[in-house]
Amino acid sequence: MSPVSRGFHGKRREAPDKASRVPPGQYLTEGFPVLSAGPTPHARQQDWTFAIRQGGQELKSWTWPQMRAQPTEQVTADIHCVTRWSKLDTHWQAVSIDTLLAQVKHDAKYVMAYCDGGYTTNLPIADVTNGQAWLAFGYEDKPLEPEHGGPVRLLVPHLYFWKSAKWVRGLDLLDHDRPGFWETYGYNMYGDPWKEQRYAGD
Amino acid sequence: MEGTAVRGRLTWQTGKVSSVADETPTTRTIMLDLAGWAGHRAGQHLDVRLTAEDGYSAERSYSIASAPGEPVAITVQRIEDGEVSPYLTEELRAGDELEVRGPIGGYFVWDGGPSPVLLVAGGSGVVPLRAILRHRERTGSPAPMTLLYSVRTLPDVIYRAELDGYPDARVLYTLTREHPAEWAGLTGRVDQAMLGSLAFPSEQRPTAFVCGPTPFVEAVAESLVALGYPARQVKTERFGPTGDANG
Repeated sequence: MSPVSRGFHGKRREAPDKASRVPPGQYLTEGFPVLSAGPTPHARQQDWTFAIRQGGQELKSWTWPQMRAQPTEQVTADIHCVTRWSKLDTHWQAVSIDTLLAQVKHDAKYVMAYCDGGYTTNLPIADVTNGQAWLAFGYEDKPLEPEHGGPVRLLVPHLYFWKSAKWVRGLDLLDHDRPGFWETYGYNMYGDPWKEQRYAGD
Repeated sequence: MEGTAVRGRLTWQTGKVSSVADETPTTRTIMLDLAGWAGHRAGQHLDVRLTAEDGYSAERSYSIASAPGEPVAITVQRIEDGEVSPYLTEELRAGDELEVRGPIGGYFVWDGGPSPVLLVAGGSGVVPLRAILRHRERTGSPAPMTLLYSVRTLPDVIYRAELDGYPDARVLYTLTREHPAEWAGLTGRVDQAMLGSLAFPSEQRPTAFVCGPTPFVEAVAESLVALGYPARQVKTERFGPTGDANG
């Protein structure tokens, strides 16, 4: 039971129609804050590739034109950052991870997304399939800006947004779970915002 | 970059505010008495939770301002339309209870070592960097350390008396909005030319810690990479573009 903070009343209480869409401990923002651990990489489209690997072997890779030739989906999603901002009804132009995984043969249980700049994050395969995860190259009908993860970021909106890795370059298919970058530093292995799984052990 | 995670549960604990001190017209340092605090590293942060009488609660993260081994302190910048920072900077007083959990974060930290350290702060981004400077001082570390602190005006400098008193750390302010007529220090925004003139050369294998608003951090980090700093040696912490991510 939390102690009452003397003289605190709160003033960001959300309207009832939106409150049900805001996970515990979060507040709504209209902006699009940026959080990253290091400098922003600037991959050029002509140099960009995306690979799916398993056991050190590349199963398949796509160049930028090959990726853009995949079916594009319009995704509308609410996003939730572990630093406590949430943003409703964001619009993305993206390729479903289902579309890509359908082109390789695998029996993986987990994936590790890896990125320019060395960032990684781990996800269960069940959370990046069945229409729950995408490679996003467009945001609000414009090319995704580098500071928001462009040219391409992962989009997994049902988990805290650090799982939606910026500057993503591939997925390593794994048969067991391993911590990625923030997970190594004490953040939760799974990151369900509705269960407030911010840190290890939450 | 993945490795073996340290798995421990962070629980909320209720501390007592031992004192508050205004640093500038918009920032206040809050000293906490936390019986169950397990210790922290320089650069880490903590979460604060406020709870209203009807059970409504709001949480935010704040950088820890004190060095490892010192009582926990945070320095909070008031954001005018914020929810938590006006309470912490205007309402909270010594003797009040405050619920926190932490420490959090293991990347934007400095544990010592002989390599040069470049600290670059924008506004209240100086808070975790002050913890690093204090840690160096308290441990007698030989690491060469430079703080470049970008701030609008001289009265906006947080911890000025303390920062000016470090005998062998180099502390430089750059004033971006206005400066006294007699000001002989740096002026204007941090750019590659300024960094190039005062940053440790990349051959010395420095580590840089950059903390401030997003556009500031983006510009500084890119300049350091252009000056030859490996991206992995440039550690960043950012606020939201409007500051509301830190409200």
